[in-house]
Amino acid sequence: MTATADAELVPVPSRRPLWRRLLGFNLFSAVILGVAGYYLGWWIGHQINGPSFEFQAKTNENDVALMLGYFFGVVGFLIGLGFANYPVSRLLGRPASLREKEDEGMGRYFGLCTDHKVVGIQYLVGIGVFFFIAGLNAMLIRVELLKPTPTAIGPNQYLSLVGMHGTMMMGMMTSGILGPFGNYFVPLMIGARRMAFPRIEALTFWLLMAAGFILTSTIFFGGFPTGWTGYEPLNEQAVMGMDSYICFFALVGVSMALLGLNMIATIVAHRAPGMTWSRLPIFVWSVFATSILMVLAAPMLIGALLMAAFDRTINTAFFTVGVGGSPYLFENLFWFFGHPEVYVLALPGFGIVLELLPVFTRKPLWGYRLAIAGMLGVTLLSFFVWQHHLFVSGINAALRPFYMLSTEIISIPTGFIFLCVMGTLWKARTRFTVPMLFCLGWTFNFLIGGLSGVFLSDTPLDTDTHGSFFVMAHFHYTIMGGLIFTFFAAIYYWVPKMFGLKLNEKLAKIHFWSLFIAFNSTFMPLFVLGMKGMPRRVSTYAPNLQGLNMWVSISAFVIGLSMLVFLFNVIYSLIIVRKPAEADPWHSKGLEWQTPTPVPVNNFETIPVIDSDPYEYGIPISHHGGAEPLPAGG
Amino acid sequence: MASEPIHPGSEPNHARRFGLIWVISSLIATPLVVLLIGPIMPPGHGSEQASGHVTDNTVLIGAATPVLLLVVLYLIYAIVNFRQPKGAALEGPAIHGNARIQTTWIVVTSILVISLAAYGTIRLLEDGAGAGAGPNPVAVPSGPKLPVQVIGQEWAFTYRYPTYGGVETPHLVLPVNEMIELHVTSLDVIHSFWAYQLGVKADANPNTDNVVFVRPTKKQTFEVRCAELCGIWHGYMFDHGQVVSPTAFALWIKEQQVRFAPVAKYLPKYARKYIPEPIRRGE
Repeated sequence: MTATADAELVPVPSRRPLWRRLLGFNLFSAVILGVAGYYLGWWIGHQINGPSFEFQAKTNENDVALMLGYFFGVVGFLIGLGFANYPVSRLLGRPASLREKEDEGMGRYFGLCTDHKVVGIQYLVGIGVFFFIAGLNAMLIRVELLKPTPTAIGPNQYLSLVGMHGTMMMGMMTSGILGPFGNYFVPLMIGARRMAFPRIEALTFWLLMAAGFILTSTIFFGGFPTGWTGYEPLNEQAVMGMDSYICFFALVGVSMALLGLNMIATIVAHRAPGMTWSRLPIFVWSVFATSILMVLAAPMLIGALLMAAFDRTINTAFFTVGVGGSPYLFENLFWFFGHPEVYVLALPGFGIVLELLPVFTRKPLWGYRLAIAGMLGVTLLSFFVWQHHLFVSGINAALRPFYMLSTEIISIPTGFIFLCVMGTLWKARTRFTVPMLFCLGWTFNFLIGGLSGVFLSDTPLDTDTHGSFFVMAHFHYTIMGGLIFTFFAAIYYWVPKMFGLKLNEKLAKIHFWSLFIAFNSTFMPLFVLGMKGMPRRVSTYAPNLQGLNMWVSISAFVIGLSMLVFLFNVIYSLIIVRKPAEADPWHSKGLEWQTPTPVPVNNFETIPVIDSDPYEYGIPISHHGGAEPLPAGG
Repeated sequence: MASEPIHPGSEPNHARRFGLIWVISSLIATPLVVLLIGPIMPPGHGSEQASGHVTDNTVLIGAATPVLLLVVLYLIYAIVNFRQPKGAALEGPAIHGNARIQTTWIVVTSILVISLAAYGTIRLLEDGAGAGAGPNPVAVPSGPKLPVQVIGQEWAFTYRYPTYGGVETPHLVLPVNEMIELHVTSLDVIHSFWAYQLGVKADANPNTDNVVFVRPTKKQTFEVRCAELCGIWHGYMFDHGQVVSPTAFALWIKEQQVRFAPVAKYLPKYARKYIPEPIRRGE
C-alpha cells in the first residue's frame, strides 16, 4: 500500500536560522510577492487601458488594472507560499517532496502544509476570522436599522455593508464545515492516511484566504451596491468595488470546485478495507453529497462572473440590453449556481446532526439508508429549482408550476432527515451535552426555515414575500439556524480531538442558550416585518415598523454578545487554561476517536480494517415494545 | 459502557401517548390558527388578487400547523421522557429503523407537498395571482382591461396610460373594480414593482414587458415600493398610489393629459418596451 511509501517521504524537521526561514516559501514571502504581483497587474492594466478609455480616465476608475492586480496578486501569493515548487521541480526533472511541511511545530500552520489535519485547523481559524468580520457587518446593519431614517451610515455604505455581509457569509461559509471538519475528519473517519490530493487541499484553503482578503479590500474601491446576488445591469453600473466582488466569488468558486473534487476522490478511492459504502459514517455521506453539488454548481458561477468581468473590462455584451445581451442570463446562471449553493450550506449540517445524535442518544442512527436517500435526493433536486428565485421576474412564466412542484418536492427528502432525527431520539438515553443542544437547536430552526420555505415556494404567496424581509428571515433560519448551529455543534464536539483540550462547559452552555434565544428573537419578528411589507436591503423603512426593528436590532446585538462569549471561551480554554481533554470524552465509537491525540502525521499506525457499522450503540433487542426490529433503513 | 437491560414492561406506551397528544393539540390548534390568524394574514383585501393571497396564506398556515406541532411536540416529548438518568451511562435500544413508519412518512409527505403544489398551480392559473407573468401571460382574465404601463428607472416609477394617448405621469391612480393590465418595464437596471395592498409584484427588466393583472376591489391608498435592489437610493423608491371611483379616475386622467401635454412631444411613442441606452463602462 501507499502507506509505507508515504511514511518515508515525510521530511526530517529542519531548524534553520530565522532570516533563512523568512526568505523561504512562507506566509511572509507570500504577502510580499502578493503585493508585488498586485502592483505589477495594476501597472499592466494602466499600460493597456491608458487614457484611451475616456470614462475611466475621468473617474479614475480602471477595472482592467484592478482585475489584473488581483490576478497577479493571487498568483504571487501562491508562488510565495510555495505552490509552484512541486510543478517546477518536476519540470526540471528534480525529485520533489510529495508532502510538505509535515513536521512538528507552529510554523506549519502559517504556510503551505499538506497535512490534512493542519489544513483543517487553518480552515477553522481562517474561516472563523472572516465569520467574525461578516458578523460585525451585520451588527452595523442593525445599528442603521434602529431608526427608520438614515443615521450615521449613508445609503452607499449601507449597501456595501449588506453586500459584504451577505457575500462574505455565502462565500466563506460555503466551506464552513467541509473546510475545517471535512478536511480534518473525513480521512480519519474513512481510515485514510491523507486526502487524495493534499496539495490541492492546501490550495483550496489559501485561495479562500486570498479571496477573503480581496472581498475585504472592496472598501478601498467604493464598495459594491448589488448585495450577494450581483445582478446585472447594476453590476456593470457599479464602481470599481464591484471588481472585488467578482474576483472574490470567482476564487471562492475555484476553491469550492477543487475542495469538492478532492473530497469525492478521497471518499471514492481512499476508504480503508471493509469501509463499504453502507458503513460510511453519515457525515462522510453528507460531505460526499455536498461535494457533488460543489463540483457541478461552482463552475457555473465562475463562468457567469467571468462574463461579468469581461462586460466590465473589455466591453463584451453578455448581459447588456440592446446589443445582444440580457440581464436574465445572469439571473439564470447565478441561481443555477445559487440554489445548489444554499444546499451546499445546508447538507453538511444534516450530516453533523445525524452523526452526533447517535453518540449522545446512545442509539444507532435510525434510518441510515433513508438519511442517505434524503441527502442524495436533495442533491439531485436542487439542480431543478433555481427559477423559484425568479417567480415574478417574468422569465419563463409558463414554467412556474414546474418550479413550484420541484421546490415543494425537495421538502420530501428534507423530511427524511427530520424523520431520522426523530427516530433516533425515540426511546433514547439522551445526554444533553453542548453539541447535543446545538443539534436540537438545529432541529427547531431548520423546521421553521423549512416551513417558511413552503410559503415562498408557492408562487401566489411568493408575490407578497419575494424581496421582502420574509425571505431574509427564511434563509437566516436555514443557513444561520442550520449551518451555523451545526458548525458550533461540530466545534464543541471535535475540539477535544483537534486540540486535545477541553472547552469550558459552563461558558459553552451560556453561548448556546443566549444564541438560541437571541437568534429566534431576531429572526422570528423578521417574518412579521416581511409580511408587513418591509423590503430587503433598505436603510429606510416605514415609521410604524420602528418598534419591531428596534426589537430585532437589540436581539441581534445579543447574538453578537453571545459570539463574544464563544470567542472568550476559545481564548480562555484553549490558550489560558489548557485543560487536557480525555481521549474520547463523548464515548463515541467513531473511527476518528480511535486515533491517539494529537493525531500522528500518518493518522494510523496500520490502516484499520472495518468490520462493523458506524453506529454500534445501544442494546441489541429481539423484542421491544412489541415491534419487531428491522435492519438498518428497513 | 452499557449496563442494565431495558424492561419493556416498565415504560408507558410512548407511541400511543405521543400520538394522542399530537392529534388532540392539532385538532385544537389548527382551527384556532385558521380562524384567528387567517383573517389577519397579509396583504389584506385591497384587490381580488390580494384576497386570494389571504386565502392561500390561511390554507398554508392551516397545513403547516400540524407539521410544526408534530416536530416541536415530539422534540419536547423526547427531551422530557427519553433522558439519560443523572450520573448513569445507559445505552438505548438498538433500533435501526422501521419500514412501516418510513413508508408512511414518505407517502404522507409526498401527498401533502404535491397537493400543495397542485393547489398553488390552480390558484396561479386562475387570475395570475398578481405575479409578473412575462410578455405573454398564460392566464388572461376575460373581459375589458385597462392597460397601464409601469416604467422603473433609477429611482422612481412613472406610469403611462396608452388608452389615453400614452400620457406619462409620476402618479399611479386606478379606477376601482376594473381589471387593470399592468405592463412593467425598466429603462436601466432591474427594479421590481410592488403594490403591497394590491398583492402585486412584477420585476421591471430593461427591454422586457412583464404583464400582471389586478382588479382593485375598494377605494384606497396603497403603497408602491421597489422590491429589487437597484442602487443606492433603492430604499427611497417609495410612493403611494390611489384607487378611486371611475368618475374620479376619468377626471384625473383628463387633468393629467392637459398637465403633461407640453412634455408629451418629447416622449418616445408608447411601446411595450424601450431599449435603453446600454450601460457601458469604459466608453
